[in-house]
Amino acid sequence: MNPAVETYPPDVRPPSLPPVHSVKLTVNGKDTELQISPWTTLLDALREYMDLTGTKKGCDHGQCGACTVLINGKRINSCLTLAIMQEGAQITTIEGIAPTEGNASQLHPLQKAFIEHDAFQCGYCTPGQICSAVGLMNEGKAKTTADIKELMSGNICRCGAYTNIVDAIEDVMNQKNA
Amino acid sequence: MSTPLVTNTIGKPINRVDGVEKVTGKAKYAAEFNVPDLAYGVVISSAITKGKIKSFDASDALSLEGVLQVFTHENRPKLAWFDISYKDQDAPPGAPFRPLHNATIKYSGQPIALVVAETFELARYAATLVRVEYEELTHETDLEANLHKARKPKHGVADLLKPPPPKPRGDFDRVYAEDPNKVAGRYVHSAEHHNPMELFATTVSYEKNGKLTIYDKTQGVTNSILYVTQVFNIPFSDVRVLSPYMGGGFGSGLRPQYQLFMAVMAARELKRSVRVSLTRQQMFTFGHRPATVQQVALGALADGSMNALYHDAMSETSKFEDYTEVVVNWGGQLYPPENVTLDYKLVPLDVYSPLDMRAPGGVTGMSALEVAMDELAYNLGMDPLQLRLKNYTDHDYNQNKPYSSKELRECYRQGAERFGWPSRNMEPRSMKKDHNLIGWGMATGMWEANQMPARAEAVLMVNGKLRVSSATADIGTGTYTIMTQIAADTLGLPISDVLFKLGDTDMPVAPISGGSWTAATVGTAVQTVCQEVGKSLLKLAKNMPDSLFKGAKWEDITFSDKHMRLKNDPNVAVSLQTLVDLNGGKAVRETSTGLPNALKQRNFSRATHSAVFVEVMVDEDLGTVKVTRAVTAVAGGRILNPKTARSQILGGMVWGLSKALEEESVMDHNFGRFMNHNLAEYHVAVNADIHDLDVIFVEEHDDVVNPLGVKGLGEIGIVGMPAAIANAIFHATGRRVRDLPIRLDALL
Repeated sequence: MNPAVETYPPDVRPPSLPPVHSVKLTVNGKDTELQISPWTTLLDALREYMDLTGTKKGCDHGQCGACTVLINGKRINSCLTLAIMQEGAQITTIEGIAPTEGNASQLHPLQKAFIEHDAFQCGYCTPGQICSAVGLMNEGKAKTTADIKELMSGNICRCGAYTNIVDAIEDVMNQKNA
Repeated sequence: MSTPLVTNTIGKPINRVDGVEKVTGKAKYAAEFNVPDLAYGVVISSAITKGKIKSFDASDALSLEGVLQVFTHENRPKLAWFDISYKDQDAPPGAPFRPLHNATIKYSGQPIALVVAETFELARYAATLVRVEYEELTHETDLEANLHKARKPKHGVADLLKPPPPKPRGDFDRVYAEDPNKVAGRYVHSAEHHNPMELFATTVSYEKNGKLTIYDKTQGVTNSILYVTQVFNIPFSDVRVLSPYMGGGFGSGLRPQYQLFMAVMAARELKRSVRVSLTRQQMFTFGHRPATVQQVALGALADGSMNALYHDAMSETSKFEDYTEVVVNWGGQLYPPENVTLDYKLVPLDVYSPLDMRAPGGVTGMSALEVAMDELAYNLGMDPLQLRLKNYTDHDYNQNKPYSSKELRECYRQGAERFGWPSRNMEPRSMKKDHNLIGWGMATGMWEANQMPARAEAVLMVNGKLRVSSATADIGTGTYTIMTQIAADTLGLPISDVLFKLGDTDMPVAPISGGSWTAATVGTAVQTVCQEVGKSLLKLAKNMPDSLFKGAKWEDITFSDKHMRLKNDPNVAVSLQTLVDLNGGKAVRETSTGLPNALKQRNFSRATHSAVFVEVMVDEDLGTVKVTRAVTAVAGGRILNPKTARSQILGGMVWGLSKALEEESVMDHNFGRFMNHNLAEYHVAVNADIHDLDVIFVEEHDDVVNPLGVKGLGEIGIVGMPAAIANAIFHATGRRVRDLPIRLDALL
């Protein structure tokens, strides 16, 4: 076979860079103004510009759920939305889900249940799992264990803590219903 | 009312000590140290599989304001000359891959350039503008098509941990030919990738004096610092590597990956702090469980006694290193046939070197062997569990040594009882519910119980609290928690008075965290160093005026409830606080090494065992498989923390299910590239795939493996699971599937 020569990518002149914009975000109840390019994802805005690294990057393609945050109480993959699209929205990350009393922040019941049920190992998917579970409970659609499993399947846990994750979520749902 | 202090914490199901950090998002992983003035690097991957880079054109990228540099083999700094400098603690025999070494392309996705810019967004964009001209050569990536090139692996230090197959014993060919009952089969599985949730990343903080503080995703900071100091020829004193948290390893972090090289190179050249994170696609470009083709043949007499075993394997490796794993040895260790032939060969291909992935070799080989055992049981008309019991042995005939402990028989008994195995009807297709066929299968698991040398430091501080450290890793395994328990238990302190730190090259050295040896290895070091502190405290106690400990020897004392006590009169006690107060205002500090007791260990074979029982439901119309329940009974020595231990086994079971039914890196041999290089197309088990999982730890005492009697649990959970699932599928459907993963097309 003859050696083939190819060039990648094809020779096309690049467009000029998009300008930096001022973007106002409301994260965990706090207003922040960022100077970022419009192609900055919400995930990168949180992690790289606001030092809110609790929200994780696992694939950057909406395939793993590690970057799950809450937008106006609904769960969303923060890698699949641009920061600029979320101006005016209430963004809640893992750093903001715990109730605060005075200055002391406590743990959210799901955070406590995740610890109690050992619902994580390496901890990398955990913030996404917990935010996703908060979103799941807000949605109110999960009535059975099978529902929880199905509706939590957008959050991959490579360590395989699934049974413990379901136990933790059911525990909190039962507390709420009790 | 105060509750009594609990200080005998080994064996208690305490919550993870790092739990709060992990559930609040405070735990920081390698890409999360946002040091000031940080630049971002994005790696460009080769678009071809084999050939040469003819030229780069980075002019468009470099013309963008904010792009700092495009590094390639043409402008990289001078690096170490010899292969030895690039060898890491897990390097197989051969010449390690060197990033940006020269124009040669050795595999698809090879890192060929690093674009560094002021922001991540800009670096990512600029990377798309770098034009690369290649000269492409024909590649070979197909294992099946190249089996005729299989050859014996090169030998190296890796053989110590991965022994080649033993010489044949007896006469397999003759005995097998005459056996009344025999089975033979060919077993194939494709490559798999670790895919920990955290992307590989390194943040290099460039300090004012030019020193480097490196936050790396690694299963061993010592491995990373050795690599960096040797490759870049930097003194140890100028580098510090930290890895307090790691978002999953599973073997992928046993070698320094190329983002470490890239980030360090860029930081040194630009004299700036740099972060390099890989993409999920690039997570498929540095090592994988190798595609493997195996053949297994078993022969037995009419009563089920196995007398002949044949197992060979041919695995892919790269063209630059001979990655090996122990695939075929297990049957010779687990069962007693007198006529055994085992063989293992490699087929070098144009791929990256394979890399240890959870139970490397073990889950590969046992997935074939234990399916063959099931087949043999059916051939004999014997219950598969009875066949295992008929061929049970406490002796490892490969090494010709007894096991230091082997409570596998108890695993079989308790697992079978919990699962309800005795009520099984052996007939395939005998259980059905609606349109689902139901099947029950079982298999055995086995993994080695190793211990390495490691060092640890313990400091009883002036406030009476204990700080212990070792440069090991917690890759989600629970190292932080169990080491805290061991330290607390040894010196009679509550968990809250002990702080265990890890993942920092300023700490005493520990080996890479893999092979299920961390609990045994670092646990022994932590126990030893805490005992050293205890001995120093005894000296202080003896020097007290009118001391009741005057004549006491180390053997005579015990620690509990924050006190040192006489064993035979626990009321004679002195608090640790009182003792440290006697140390002239200084903390009591000790550093020591935990060494394997080789003299004791060498007379025994040491291993962990498991028995796995699985129920599947197979949709008769659609061929879909659901693992409705599974029980794993483990003989893993002493269980330090039943809660974290259970989680490790659950995780292994999920991995086993995922391997059996889902995981496969699909190579398009026209391109020589893994095509499903993302988490949408590389399927791993998700929540909806996992149902009732049950874990049993049987009691097992072993004072040979190490003083703690712990064997390690990282791998054993996965090993028996795929075969148990395949066997359950046979029971459900009557189809014997020998290739993994078992997809619905095999069952329609």
